[in-house]
Amino acid sequence: MADKENKYEAGFSSDAKKDPVRVVFLTKKTSAKVTGEDRPQVMTYPHLLMREAIAFMVLVIALVGVALFWDAPLEQLANPLLTPNPAKAPWYFLGLQELLHYFPPLVAGIIIPTLVVVALVVIPYFNVNVQGKPLWQEHRKRRLWIVVSALLALALLLGFMRAWTVFVPTAIIGLAMLYSYFAAAGGGSRHVFLQTRPLSWWVMTWFILVAVVLTGVGTFFRGPGWSWVWPWSSHAG
Amino acid sequence: MASTSSFGEALDRLRGTRVWKSIFRRGPALTNRTRSLAVFGNLFLHFLPVKVREQSLRVRASYYLGSISFLLFVILTITGILLMFYYHPAVPQAYRDMKDLRFVVSNGVFLRNLHRLAAQLMVLLVFWHMFHVFYRGGYKPPHEFNWVVGVVLLIVTLFLSYTGYLLPWDQLAFWAITVGTNIISAMPWIGKNVRFVSLGGNLVGENALLRFYVLHCVVLPLIAIVLIAIHFWRVQKDGGLTVREEDGGQGK
Repeated sequence: MADKENKYEAGFSSDAKKDPVRVVFLTKKTSAKVTGEDRPQVMTYPHLLMREAIAFMVLVIALVGVALFWDAPLEQLANPLLTPNPAKAPWYFLGLQELLHYFPPLVAGIIIPTLVVVALVVIPYFNVNVQGKPLWQEHRKRRLWIVVSALLALALLLGFMRAWTVFVPTAIIGLAMLYSYFAAAGGGSRHVFLQTRPLSWWVMTWFILVAVVLTGVGTFFRGPGWSWVWPWSSHAG
Repeated sequence: MASTSSFGEALDRLRGTRVWKSIFRRGPALTNRTRSLAVFGNLFLHFLPVKVREQSLRVRASYYLGSISFLLFVILTITGILLMFYYHPAVPQAYRDMKDLRFVVSNGVFLRNLHRLAAQLMVLLVFWHMFHVFYRGGYKPPHEFNWVVGVVLLIVTLFLSYTGYLLPWDQLAFWAITVGTNIISAMPWIGKNVRFVSLGGNLVGENALLRFYVLHCVVLPLIAIVLIAIHFWRVQKDGGLTVREEDGGQGK
């Protein structure tokens, strides 16, 4: 409140109801477009939190159920003088250990994992084909040649290294890619799912299939000296 | 939320009391205003959005993989703290503690089973979560940075699991860590030094056990907690989960 001497002092009143203040800035620029959210929404409390609570309870019950009947492994006291054959890493590193069987440690143990992590990090910044257009939608002939030559180069390299456990899943994905090309070229409506996949889908699916096969082989099919064994055949390990 | 049971009535009355209001800064959450307050007026919930799309709650939108990974982290923290009461990071006492868990401590085996099981499941689910987000295009703008945080969280999860692998100090643990850390020495120029620093020596021994113990129980969980907080908070800031047409519901 201004007193008598200072009648015209500019300032903000603390009483918003009595002296409402409206300030509008007019600029020549247009403001950013605001897109409204038209999908139906629900309150986090209780809808999301109740579901999380149920998920937690189901999870705890399931874990307790399994933990009652399955025992965590415990072997003999660690002995640096007694090397088990084969000595295996935890299961999630067995894919890498399988690669170590084929490639030198620098390649399998350092370069490949580093490349995988770098590839995963740059995925969102790799602004190609954000709309997810199908691989075989345009430039089909040229793309076919690129895909075929890349697959052949990879197959030759893997065959030369005798890395069959990498070769097989790579071949499966390669054949599926070629199949989807000819299915799309025939204009057929069969396996539309494969026909409409973008390149990123093929690369990720190839990566996952190779990782799963390598981890599975490393876990179940490798015995003394990293030789191939069948999981049902007993061996002195 | 007007409950008909006497328990519900008692709960509603409790929520109206002065003490309840002083703790939760609100009365019963009966209106959308108080339901909003329940989320953003709570330190632990304010990482979440006040409203979520109805579609993103559907099971097939996420399979709740991220939530379950986080809940597993909570279970691992609780069982891990309990296990710490019975554990000495020393050679060969660490192994004797495993035997004690089996033969002396009440429900010791059950506790260790729960921790081991939840740990393996968490590694599996974090991988699955990442692949699921990829196939849904959940990394696309504006979610780019949160995807990167997720990749780092995957690596932290792997390190958490790996450092925990050594702690029982049995043959399985010793040789798994020996095989794994031998790979580090393949790193050009600095490999031997990096391996020496991570093991506290040239071989997996007492120092390695202590280092892995500190990393597993203190350093990595703290990093994980901070990153998980950022990860959740960014989901909210970036506009919620990616929803797609095929998720169903009344969405357009």
